[in-house]
Amino acid sequence: MNHPILDPRVAPPFPVAALPVLRNPQLRKNVAHATDVIQAKRARLVAEKTDWQALRDSGAAIRDHVLDNLAHYLEQFEERCTAAGGVVHWARDAAEARSIVLNILREEQASEVIKIKTMTSAEIQLNPFLVENGIAPHETDLAEIILQLGQDEPSHIVVPALHVNRSQVRDIFAKTMGLPDLSDDPQALTAAARTYLRKMFLTVPTAISGANFLIAETGSVVVIESEGNGRMCLTLPRTMITLAGIEKVLPRYQDLEVMLQVLARSATGERMNPYTSVWTGVTPGDGPQRFHVVLLDNGRSGILRSSRERQTLRCIRCAACMNACPVYRQTGGHAYGSVYPGPIGAILTPQLMELEYAQSLPYASSLCGACYEVCPVKINIPEILIDLRAAVTDREREEERRFFDPMYVGLRMANKIFASASRFRAAQRLARLALRPFTGKDGWIRSLPGYASRWTMSRDLRGVPRQTFREWWAERDGKAVR
Amino acid sequence: MRASLFITCYNDTLFPETGQAVVRLLERLGVEVEFRPAQTCCGQMHANTGFRGEAFSLAKQFVRLYADAEAVVIPSSSCVAMIREQYPNLLAELGTDSLRREFETLLPRVHELSEFLVDVLQVEDVGAYFPHRVAYHASCHGLRALELGNRPLRLLNHVRGLELAPLDNLDRCCGFGGTFSVKNAEVSSAMLTAKLQDVLATRAEFCTALDNSCLIHLGGALHREYAPIRTIHMAQILASTQDAPAEMV
Repeated sequence: MNHPILDPRVAPPFPVAALPVLRNPQLRKNVAHATDVIQAKRARLVAEKTDWQALRDSGAAIRDHVLDNLAHYLEQFEERCTAAGGVVHWARDAAEARSIVLNILREEQASEVIKIKTMTSAEIQLNPFLVENGIAPHETDLAEIILQLGQDEPSHIVVPALHVNRSQVRDIFAKTMGLPDLSDDPQALTAAARTYLRKMFLTVPTAISGANFLIAETGSVVVIESEGNGRMCLTLPRTMITLAGIEKVLPRYQDLEVMLQVLARSATGERMNPYTSVWTGVTPGDGPQRFHVVLLDNGRSGILRSSRERQTLRCIRCAACMNACPVYRQTGGHAYGSVYPGPIGAILTPQLMELEYAQSLPYASSLCGACYEVCPVKINIPEILIDLRAAVTDREREEERRFFDPMYVGLRMANKIFASASRFRAAQRLARLALRPFTGKDGWIRSLPGYASRWTMSRDLRGVPRQTFREWWAERDGKAVR
Repeated sequence: MRASLFITCYNDTLFPETGQAVVRLLERLGVEVEFRPAQTCCGQMHANTGFRGEAFSLAKQFVRLYADAEAVVIPSSSCVAMIREQYPNLLAELGTDSLRREFETLLPRVHELSEFLVDVLQVEDVGAYFPHRVAYHASCHGLRALELGNRPLRLLNHVRGLELAPLDNLDRCCGFGGTFSVKNAEVSSAMLTAKLQDVLATRAEFCTALDNSCLIHLGGALHREYAPIRTIHMAQILASTQDAPAEMV
């Protein structure tokens, strides 16, 4: 398989990017199996919470309150974090964030950096930039190691290597760690990863992390993980750089009560996640002694502008939407061409890109609503998908090439037809006539030309019956149809 | 009770037997049915593809046409979901105050077929007879947007002779999604294949739903595969009696 591209500026459109996955039965099996397992665990643990809907309401309310008062809480975070010995940086966009990180690493004279739990770094394409500048980034999350060593990309935001199975992991480790006799026993695989990682934790003094939450009240950073590799990465280095989107802030420490409950259950189907690391600035003699936070905008403040689209930023990256999504189940994450795949990616990525790129993503959904149903902060993803489709269409419809686009021609025509019942009647008759040559003796159509062949590629189509309903009604009413 | 039937554009054109069944069923239950020939389409296809202005003009047409209706009955869960979930946003953005007021008074009188039967007429046993093994497909819009719950199953459970075949992964989409089925044809087909496996496993004679849009998708695939299962709108099952069995097309 080709190396997946997770940069929306150069990734192919979703329907095209999905093709190699659809032709890869092993990958589809891995994705379907993994999402089915997580989904079932989630469903069980959500069912045991009698106040689940109230928790979702609280989660949404807390996040909305933050987004409505974002400037206030960010400034409070900066003030409290600074007071505790941290250094807060503000990055308008990806380029600014990259150069802030590079400058810090240069000051530290770092030639290597260890990384944990940071999707934001992938969003700003940090790794290739560091490599270009002579700094080697090492991922330390087990799944991220698999991907980095396998020269692959994440396909899920909680289980990034979900598309890779155990025997594939064995092959990657055997090859890159020089362990030809490695078995695919999970214990052997994690032991190999541990040996590989311990050396890094003990020798690389500089680290980059993401953040699940920032707490405004205390200036703290919260990282949630399952392996403990994060805890190592967050505590052993001398210098820590945390990259966080500006929307990650929560007002109070107490808000974690709601957030940790909904996040663990939604993300991994656990009552409580195994490792929750919370730290505040610098503590002498304990943990990193130099601490930086880079607050990244990169298109987020633009999303705040619309009162309806704003809810996109409530997201706490639990991935419940992608586990529930029947589209993601077939395509996995790479087809979305972004570090944020699945339903949330389909609304977040195009908005972060100000719709300049990723315009195919809002259409990568059957609008079935499963994502909205499971979202722990009640993001109405289908509604936003439809809004974004309208925004894409408003842009595209003025383009000359759209004049002959079958979708645009069809919908323009349909609108003229539906505007009047007599035109609609005429169109029904015309459709019956036009489809007759394609209709078999049994009344079914097996093959259609042109754009319509996209239907008949996998399904037959019922031919237009002899009589429409309205003709039947008129006949029954004893009135002639005009 | 006088009910105005909004048949929807694709039922009108492709599934007249569904509309006929709704008429037969409602009249049997003592409802006077009217059909306003000026009706065309609710605008769902336009709205879901991003053609908001066009969708709004169809929404306006719908609201104006049914402003004085006692009840509007629609045998399509996705069209009812369009009206309930998307009209408010469309009218808020593009409509006038008077149109919004008209819509607000109309909305409580707009019913999906199973809602109309169970909630308005308060019947679950509609006196139907359909001696077949049937799998029920819960359309996504019926399940999540309208929250039909067990209304459809309560109706089916009272159908004499009907054997209900449980369908696995009931809450998973069949992959239709309107223009999604052609814009993302390959992905849609893959979703359809997954759904088809569950449908075939029921060993039912019929697969039914309250939305012919799912059924045109599933039915097309079943026909392509020469599968021994046919699709049938639930209205046709509920209209079917010993004396007048469902018309098979």
